[in-house]
Amino acid sequence: MFRYILRRLAWAIPTLLIVTFLVYLALRFGTDPVASYKRINPRASRAKVQQYIDLNGLDPNFVKGYLTWLRNFVTGDWAPSIKGRREVWPALKDAMANTLRLGTAATVVGIFFGLIAGVFAALRPGGKRDVFINTSAFVGISIPPFISAILLQLLFAVYWQRWFGASLFPTSGVYPPGHSGFDLPLMIRYMVLPTIVVAIQIIATYSRYMRSSLLDVLNSDYMRTARSKGISERRVLLKHGMRNALIPVVTIAALDVGSIVGGLIITENIFSYPGMGLYFLKSFGEGDFPLLMPWMVVIVASVLLFNLIADISYAWLDPRIRLE
Amino acid sequence: MRGSTRGFVLSDLTLQLSPRQMAFRRFVSHKAAVVSCGVILILSLFVILAPFTARYGVNQSVQAPPNSFLSPRANAWLGTDDIGRDLYSRLIFGIRVSLVIGLASALISVTLGSLIGAIAGFRGGKFDDIMMRVTDLFLAFPFLVTLLVVRNVLGAVPWLKPLTGEMNSVRFIIVLFGIFGWMGVARIVRGQVLSLKEREFVEAARAVGASRRYMISRHLLPNSIGQIMVALTFSVVGAIIGESTLAFFGYGPQAGDGATSLGILVGAAKGAVQTGFWWLAVFPCFALIIIALSINFIGDALRDATDPRLDRGA
Repeated sequence: MFRYILRRLAWAIPTLLIVTFLVYLALRFGTDPVASYKRINPRASRAKVQQYIDLNGLDPNFVKGYLTWLRNFVTGDWAPSIKGRREVWPALKDAMANTLRLGTAATVVGIFFGLIAGVFAALRPGGKRDVFINTSAFVGISIPPFISAILLQLLFAVYWQRWFGASLFPTSGVYPPGHSGFDLPLMIRYMVLPTIVVAIQIIATYSRYMRSSLLDVLNSDYMRTARSKGISERRVLLKHGMRNALIPVVTIAALDVGSIVGGLIITENIFSYPGMGLYFLKSFGEGDFPLLMPWMVVIVASVLLFNLIADISYAWLDPRIRLE
Repeated sequence: MRGSTRGFVLSDLTLQLSPRQMAFRRFVSHKAAVVSCGVILILSLFVILAPFTARYGVNQSVQAPPNSFLSPRANAWLGTDDIGRDLYSRLIFGIRVSLVIGLASALISVTLGSLIGAIAGFRGGKFDDIMMRVTDLFLAFPFLVTLLVVRNVLGAVPWLKPLTGEMNSVRFIIVLFGIFGWMGVARIVRGQVLSLKEREFVEAARAVGASRRYMISRHLLPNSIGQIMVALTFSVVGAIIGESTLAFFGYGPQAGDGATSLGILVGAAKGAVQTGFWWLAVFPCFALIIIALSINFIGDALRDATDPRLDRGA
């Protein structure tokens, strides 16, 4: 197991290099970093432009440029953003923290309710409850997050205020403008709506996974064996049913991190939540290469990391799987 | 919902129905899908007959000023927007553009994806490996990020200009989703081909010396048609929602001469929320939800209908 993890980690490094090279190419073709630098800083001297090119590895030779960028990135010699010459790392760090908070909240809420709904649906397949849960999950999957965000904002913020005097939940930011310091209840109030928007998708997806996975397990032979041994139904369900049904679900959960981040990007933008999504859309809109590349590295690395977690948890939960 | 799938198969056998008839029966037994077919049919009629069904031109105001942000009323059933245009008529024109985008790009991506998926699944080896790695990579990334980056790269390739047109044209969006959408399709078709190519009839074709192209075009693709149809419906939804997402974030097709799309209308809803012009948010959003839901239901029923082994316990 330990050796497997080490080997996978060793493989992750070349993968990371290849993917970041592709991202580097795509960004250079797609956003033309030098042109956007000149657009944002029209009066920059030629020496300044050259300095920007050197620091970011924007050499006309792509391979050489990438290697320069890589060296600067690894040694921590990061170029400042092209707009306002801000330090990249503090901005990225804050964005990561905010997104991690929202993402964790939404994932925990989403998976919790999703699994419960899935179990309830699977216990009596074809019944009223099953049809209801299944159909709602289908509707939930079909609604894009920005639509549910708009409708929730309209209902809970704008119209709630008209009907009851005060809006139930605020619609933008982490804190009200001008607020400083840490205030948990206030923060939770600000996070409710974005969390719901992201969680809807997760609930819908996981209730379906859980349902079909549990149905597979419930129809298997060992469930019959367990029942025939006279174990209580509750114990059969929890020990034999749930545990085995969770194996594929856990794997999917870890592989799904890309789509959760995707939902976060959209949601953050609508709620002006200062996380990775808002960070990306802002810097992408300005073609801010120094801000974009580290962001991409973080995303690629987390996708790879969660892939690894998926494989490991798979083997850990199901002893029949050998990792060699 | 599909309570009697197993029962149907049994009675089908006794009735001696052809596989296609059985598939049709299974499809019809999915009630939500039948309703969805009706919804899509009515919507398509409305959209095709736009000159008759729309009450105003796409860029025409309902009355002389003051006419902006009128709530729903007799001369504007769904209210008006910021410059007094009828939302109902604009929805019809918008849905028309969105359906065209959805269908056209789905056709491109399904054609591309079926071919690539079939070849990858059939040949295996290096080509297969590379293709699937690329697909994995693209699908692992957050959707919007990939879409925006690919969009910019596509717009920066000079020799594609004659094909794609300007970056904010409808044609560009169609090509973008056509190129973007093949991966999901390729994956599905590849899986199907992988299982089909071990079957006896393909073996037989190989034994009589059929060429690779013949086997793919005569045996493998026709036998995957059910999966391809399913992929087609999901591609249509994907492209429609994708267009809305792009437009929502300001990267969608630009409305030349006031032309519109569902995405542009939904994007305008963003600004209408805080000011409380609920009709501008609610109607376009619900139109999008209904379209997405209907096509998804149809795709779901098609999947059940074309894959009899897939008895999901319901």
